[in-house]
Amino acid sequence: MPVKHQPVYEITIPECDGDVLQIQDLHFAYPDGHVALQGVSLNLCEGEKVALVGPNGAGKSTLMLHLNGILREDGDIFIGGMSIDEQNLPIIRAMVGLVFQNPDDQLFSPTVFDDVAFGPLHMGLPEDEVHIRVEEALAAVQMNGFGERLSHHLSMGQKKRIAIATVLAMRPQILVLDEPSAGLDPRTRRALINFLDELPITMLISTHDIRMVKELFPRMIIMDEGIIVADGSTVELLNDAALLQDHGLEIP
Amino acid sequence: MHINAFDRFHFHDSFIHRLDPRIKVVVTVAFILSNAILPDGSWLAFATAWLGLLVVNDLSNLGLGYSFKRSYIILPFILVAITAIFSPLGNPLAEWDLGFVTLIPTDFGLVRFFSVLTRSWLSVQMAILLVATTQFPDLIHAFEHLRLPRVLTTIIAFLYRYLFVLTNEALRLLRAREARSAGLPGQKRGGKLIWRTKVTGSMAGQLFLRSYERSDRIYNAMLARGYTGHLRTLNPHKMTRADWLVLILSLFVILFIQFVGWVR
Repeated sequence: MPVKHQPVYEITIPECDGDVLQIQDLHFAYPDGHVALQGVSLNLCEGEKVALVGPNGAGKSTLMLHLNGILREDGDIFIGGMSIDEQNLPIIRAMVGLVFQNPDDQLFSPTVFDDVAFGPLHMGLPEDEVHIRVEEALAAVQMNGFGERLSHHLSMGQKKRIAIATVLAMRPQILVLDEPSAGLDPRTRRALINFLDELPITMLISTHDIRMVKELFPRMIIMDEGIIVADGSTVELLNDAALLQDHGLEIP
Repeated sequence: MHINAFDRFHFHDSFIHRLDPRIKVVVTVAFILSNAILPDGSWLAFATAWLGLLVVNDLSNLGLGYSFKRSYIILPFILVAITAIFSPLGNPLAEWDLGFVTLIPTDFGLVRFFSVLTRSWLSVQMAILLVATTQFPDLIHAFEHLRLPRVLTTIIAFLYRYLFVLTNEALRLLRAREARSAGLPGQKRGGKLIWRTKVTGSMAGQLFLRSYERSDRIYNAMLARGYTGHLRTLNPHKMTRADWLVLILSLFVILFIQFVGWVR
């Protein structure tokens, strides 16, 4: 069966013009010539929880790195109506909490406290506020009391949670997570799902965990080979066995 | 994210790429030595050497200007040679009074300076061509064939391997910091200078720790796959007739350059 690109789906999700995030025709090629994104357009509305799925190398991580300006290339990205340029970049980084796939890429300070406090301190917040935010963020990921621990000696699940706390402390408006449930044991994964379910902010989460998608995200975006091949209601897309198979996804 | 700023090998198929790496190493070293012993101010010999370089550039399909474009890396080393301009030998050309010291550039000094400059510039270009046309394992292999002590070749091989580990690790740390370097509207961002310095300092510490731990894991993986201290390559190293011809011809060219340089 031929691969269908950009099929028209009935979207039952609240329509908006992308008040939180708007991407128009984003293209990106890595310096070695590898084309990672070839025309991605995407809207995200306030409070929406969206899953980004697709095979390895589909461009999911590359797309996410664009969302707070780590990578910048042609095409328009608007975060809360602001375009990503030198002037807006600091504010956009405060709005978009990006968590890398590998927590070792995320954590760069000696202790957990230093890492979680980095964002708020860099934003120029007063010391009391920083302490409150660190406490709050660590509590949110159930890691209270880990402040003085050394980040690089924690377990994988703990590191992942600390990585999420490092951006929660900045009180972002969009949470962008790259494969948060990969490599977690069932209990930690369950805790993560419950936590994401209760968190009342906009999220874009890339994952291979289709069961989590089904449970948590009303809207799902399928990417393959640098483009969005489907964007719509999770229930409908997961019923389209042919579509899932075409893009290397497991039928739940 | 990858960094390959240090990997100067360029995938091309050319006469020079196919040459035996030993030949390339020997000719490069001979060329550098030849440049080093040419007398000051032998411009004709320098020009001949440069012509030779252009021929190699052309034969390696990299474009005539390839090595020239990459030779700017010698710029910092020119600073060292600059003192030669004020050599006490020769006739003074001018007198610069800097208050605490008087500098007198001389004609002899000027010739020496430009000769040093040209020599290093030519030599660097040949070295650039060597690494652009030879894969690193082949290069190490050639060194081993040429009886360079094993300790040295191993150090060079690991240095090369871990350079990427180190830079990749540094890149990840910097990217992580960048992603969270946020600001609020109307708020001074960046925090206190002392704090920023502390963060940078601890990042340097992290870099060391992580690279150390990672290089350990890489070494274990190498041992697990039977690493015994040799970097192996599948490329056959057998001197063909063309290799011998190139070697003899190149050495003749280098002798000719010497001849041009000394007989005036």
